[in-house]
Amino acid sequence: MCGIAGLIHRGKSSDVGSELTAMLQSLKHRGPDSTGFALYGEPRAGEYILRFKVAEQEDMRHGFQIHDQVKERRAEVDRRLDEMGARKVREDDATEYAYRYLISFDGDMKKLADYVEDVEGAEILSIGNALELVKDLGDATAVSDQYGLNTFQGTHAIGHTRMATESDVDIRSAHPYWAYPFNDIAVVHNGQLTNYWGFRRQLEGRGHRFMSNCDSELIAVYIADRMNVGDDLEVAMNRSVDELDGVFTYVVATADKLGMAKDVMAAKPMVLYESDDFVALASEEVAIRSVFPHEIDTYDPYEGEVMVWQS
Amino acid sequence: MAELDRTHESHELGMHTEELTGRTQQTFFSAEESHNLVYPWASEVDFSKTAEIDAAPLDQRQVNQEIRRLMSEGYGTITVINPGAKHSLGVGILSRLNLHFEGSLGYFGCGLLDGPNVTVSGRVGWSCAENMMAGQIVIEKNAGSTFGAAIRGGDLICKGDVGSRTGIDQKGGTIIVGGRTGAFSGFMMQRGRMVVLGDAGKNLGDSMYDGTIYVGGKIADLGVDAVEGEMTDLDCHWISRKLGQYGLEAANGVENMTKIVSGKQLWNYDNLEPTEKKLVL
Repeated sequence: MCGIAGLIHRGKSSDVGSELTAMLQSLKHRGPDSTGFALYGEPRAGEYILRFKVAEQEDMRHGFQIHDQVKERRAEVDRRLDEMGARKVREDDATEYAYRYLISFDGDMKKLADYVEDVEGAEILSIGNALELVKDLGDATAVSDQYGLNTFQGTHAIGHTRMATESDVDIRSAHPYWAYPFNDIAVVHNGQLTNYWGFRRQLEGRGHRFMSNCDSELIAVYIADRMNVGDDLEVAMNRSVDELDGVFTYVVATADKLGMAKDVMAAKPMVLYESDDFVALASEEVAIRSVFPHEIDTYDPYEGEVMVWQS
Repeated sequence: MAELDRTHESHELGMHTEELTGRTQQTFFSAEESHNLVYPWASEVDFSKTAEIDAAPLDQRQVNQEIRRLMSEGYGTITVINPGAKHSLGVGILSRLNLHFEGSLGYFGCGLLDGPNVTVSGRVGWSCAENMMAGQIVIEKNAGSTFGAAIRGGDLICKGDVGSRTGIDQKGGTIIVGGRTGAFSGFMMQRGRMVVLGDAGKNLGDSMYDGTIYVGGKIADLGVDAVEGEMTDLDCHWISRKLGQYGLEAANGVENMTKIVSGKQLWNYDNLEPTEKKLVL
């Protein structure tokens, strides 16, 4: 079933980390397997936040060797970043297997991403001037506490609570998905795409990589592909409603925008609250109530609808 | 009229189309059968006896249990404050009761009702009033999708906009939408009436068996076997009376509303045996 949520503060930063944690925690019943956050802070000119992992949480429970392996994999990632000319400004260990680097880099981002992901077990969760993407097994509170997201200040955020249906319970199948190799684009999705394999083959043929067998990843890659050929976000999203088959509601974010799209059958839920300076949307109103306990006016977007908001 | 031509065409092909028009939507009981109208376990309540429940510290089950407890003590007017869009509130109430929600409900609110009068000052989520059998529910703001799914009776009113698949599988009763309704409204509708004062989304009345849909605004398009019917004085009188009951008005007048009914051309209206159908087709 899965739960998705997003929020955007127009023209100011706020406690989006704690707000999104509260929203996702109230959607736990829609998906207890994993939780993911894509948080957008103030953009940094010339610097990127690189979030990556070198193993799955599950891997850490099997055997003694994995602890040495993650150290070796991380060292290899460091070496390759250095080789590509990426200067590490700061590094944080989010967990034993997932890391946050602040890097300075002015080269080809796709080459950098491909080279890093060539390391065994390595997956880049996100690269962005503003985006920080975190996902792991467990509910929102557990993941937020584990990665220290409650104090995150930013303009907007999207998140996901996952009930695994057609792919594994692991981090690579958790949402959000970063729109590799584009900075700052992330997607969360509730639904099922029925033309996944056909589109995946097309997109792989154009050089895009898929890290999972989760159909939701296709939306992120699709949006990235359309933006790569010059579509702006809203145009790409409108096109997706025509071209992607199945039932879906998805939320996408860029460095300064938040958007949502609903398929023409409107079979997946979305509730929306919009004021002059704030927009919140979620699979269920109870999530919006977790940040707005007082009485508010909410509504359902309609079938085939695409909406985009600026931060 | 293309629909009429299709009817003639099917008759010429030897197909019978069942005529259901005019079938009553009500069942009448004699005085001797009045005991059949009351569930043996229904609470005797006094409408002048009032109580309030603060839902904020309670989960959905506790709220529903508290409503039942108060009913068993004879409270006939219950106000629930701070419902907080929690799911499945006010469900399965099978006797008369005045129930007021001050705030919004989540999914599956007020389902399986048979008798109570309910007001909601806020919004309701998906599947409000599912399978309602009798009573009245009035929502002041908007509603989510599958509003009034499979209702069998009663009046279900949303004064704002409603999502998709409103009145899906409606089997009786009345649904009134003050604003707009989404795609597939009236999908597989079987009986009852739906009044939409605003616009209706795609595939309105798709595969409807019977029943009537009235639309005051624009219709994106009609679903399979949904056709336009002729507005009669009786239709106008009924709509005016119903809207007046709930303080609503048709912006362009009830006489200018569009009436949608079943074309009754789908296979389920074909009375031929399969072997006969093969010969015709």
